[in-house]
Amino acid sequence: MSDHTILEVENLKVNFDVSSEGDMPWTKPKKLQAVNDISFTLNAGETLGIVGESGCGKSTLARAIVKMVPAESGEVLWLGNDLLSLSDSETRPYRKQIQMIFQDPLASLNPRMNIGEIIAEPLRTHYPKTSESDVQARVSDVMNKVGLLDNLLNRYPHEFSGGQCQRIGIARALILKPKLIICDEPVSALDVSIQAQVVNLLMDLQEEMELALIFIAHDLSVVKHISTKIMVLYLGNMVELANSDDIYQNPSHPYTQALISAVPIPDPNIEKNKELILIEGDLPSPVNPPSGCVFRTRCHKAQDICSQKKPEFIESSKSHSVACHFHD
Amino acid sequence: MSLLEVSNLKVEFKTTDGIVSAVNNVNFSLEEGKILAIVGESGSGKSQTVFGMTGLLDHNGSATGSVKFEGEEILNLPNQKLNQIRAEKIAMIFQDPMTSLNPYVRVSNQMTEVLIHHQGLSKSDALKQSISMLDAVRIPDSSNRIRMYPHEFSGGMRQRVMIAMSLLCRPKLLVADEPTTALDVTVQAQIMQLLADLQKDFGMSIILISHDLGVVAGNSDEMLVMYSGEIMEIGKTESLYAKPTHPYTQGLMSAVPRLNDSEERLTTIPGNPPNMMKPSEGCPFSPRCNFANDTCSNVSPILSKVNKDDHYRACHVATEEIL
Repeated sequence: MSDHTILEVENLKVNFDVSSEGDMPWTKPKKLQAVNDISFTLNAGETLGIVGESGCGKSTLARAIVKMVPAESGEVLWLGNDLLSLSDSETRPYRKQIQMIFQDPLASLNPRMNIGEIIAEPLRTHYPKTSESDVQARVSDVMNKVGLLDNLLNRYPHEFSGGQCQRIGIARALILKPKLIICDEPVSALDVSIQAQVVNLLMDLQEEMELALIFIAHDLSVVKHISTKIMVLYLGNMVELANSDDIYQNPSHPYTQALISAVPIPDPNIEKNKELILIEGDLPSPVNPPSGCVFRTRCHKAQDICSQKKPEFIESSKSHSVACHFHD
Repeated sequence: MSLLEVSNLKVEFKTTDGIVSAVNNVNFSLEEGKILAIVGESGSGKSQTVFGMTGLLDHNGSATGSVKFEGEEILNLPNQKLNQIRAEKIAMIFQDPMTSLNPYVRVSNQMTEVLIHHQGLSKSDALKQSISMLDAVRIPDSSNRIRMYPHEFSGGMRQRVMIAMSLLCRPKLLVADEPTTALDVTVQAQIMQLLADLQKDFGMSIILISHDLGVVAGNSDEMLVMYSGEIMEIGKTESLYAKPTHPYTQGLMSAVPRLNDSEERLTTIPGNPPNMMKPSEGCPFSPRCNFANDTCSNVSPILSKVNKDDHYRACHVATEEIL
């Protein structure tokens, strides 16, 4: 482990029990593999982007890292400590170093608390002995950082616009001076002009506070813009992991290639002459994933071996890994 | 003669807090076989423009102005007439296909109902046509799947069902209100490709409402940029992307992160979208505009021609200064 590594996830698996319609109470529930064998490392000040279609396990992965959903097996090493083996009280000191921001900015704020209370809550929870004047000072400090005027302190969430609510969410995440912020689709609900403001804010804060970010989004252009490296998920499995520029210039997994070609580029000349790699069909059910390679049912390169053997996640070049039998 | 001509369209809503003017003085026309994109942020009046045109406003809304479809005035016609037009000539698809389909009724019944009611077909003929329409939108195994309920389809498939249903009566105009916003990029690509193919096969016109400048770039002939219920700029898609002459269009274009180049920082439009309760004097974009001067905040700009090829913009600042 290098000195800079703060988070190391190894072979993380998350399963959900699902029972289908018509099951008897004693029928054993089926296992849904939401996250399957995921490993990665994250260095201080880096951003890991996670992309994939809806239902591919992006959010579950993020939640499993902070133990919001229980993991089946694997390790989450935070500064060398395996969070999954710790008890709740033992995890608490590490919890304040990892914070989260959510997709729907308004829904993630308590409508009955004013902004000052919302932003101060993590501080009051983790450091109950902080004096009131200190709390006030810290709150107005983070509010300035995220570009909110501190005279808004006594307002309630419904009085703010979506972009401002997301800033409040960011302020709440920042007040404990975390080392890592997990952003679960933080800009999906925002308009383009506001989205750009929030993305810039996150990048500025990252530089200023040496934050590491895990940035989940389905919008590949935003992810590419903010991330140092990018992980592509499909049906709970890692299909490709590489540096952000590398993955866009040389995508080697057929799924990544299709995903990138599907992103519309705001330029009519490029867009009208572009060759689309269309993926046929829909995401298979994660309860019954295809045998072998999970992507083979929609893959244009699929051959017999793909249904028999699951491709290993191998390094195709330095800092570029891919799981495909026929990668480019 | 153009297929659709909208002039001085105004949409207002009476609320307990006063009158909200959602769409203000909108003028545009659409030729047969063309795709017009309406672009803007949420609350800019994109959807209300179309709802106002087709009489789908909420009970507290009212539309004034003139909307001519195939030369005939259709604005504020009685509901019975509008129903006929909306089924046979102007079809619509919406953002969330699940909320537009009836969850209790099989797809077959929802589709045949349209044909039986509007074209007087027999049940078996209607079913045959519905199945061939599902084939046209590339739903595999259509003769079996037509008997399913909406929840048995995935999001992308549901949107295909909606498209098939809207095309049953061979409309002249299809209004697609954010048709791919709820879908994944890969499915979005499938649906947009499908719409483009169908548009050619059926020779219809499309009004595509979207906030995604990427989708609009590849799928429209003309585009109309709205802000705060007013048209900021209108013109050929190519020329608008190549040379946006309105500060808002320019801001919007540069705020989008692009896959094909890597700029260090995104350009932002400062401030927040306007409060529609307080009608602005002058240009609605002036509080957020970098080029704004005194005239901008007092006098409302008029849509005026930029150059020869039907490119209009509403801005006081000279084009040369912005470019």
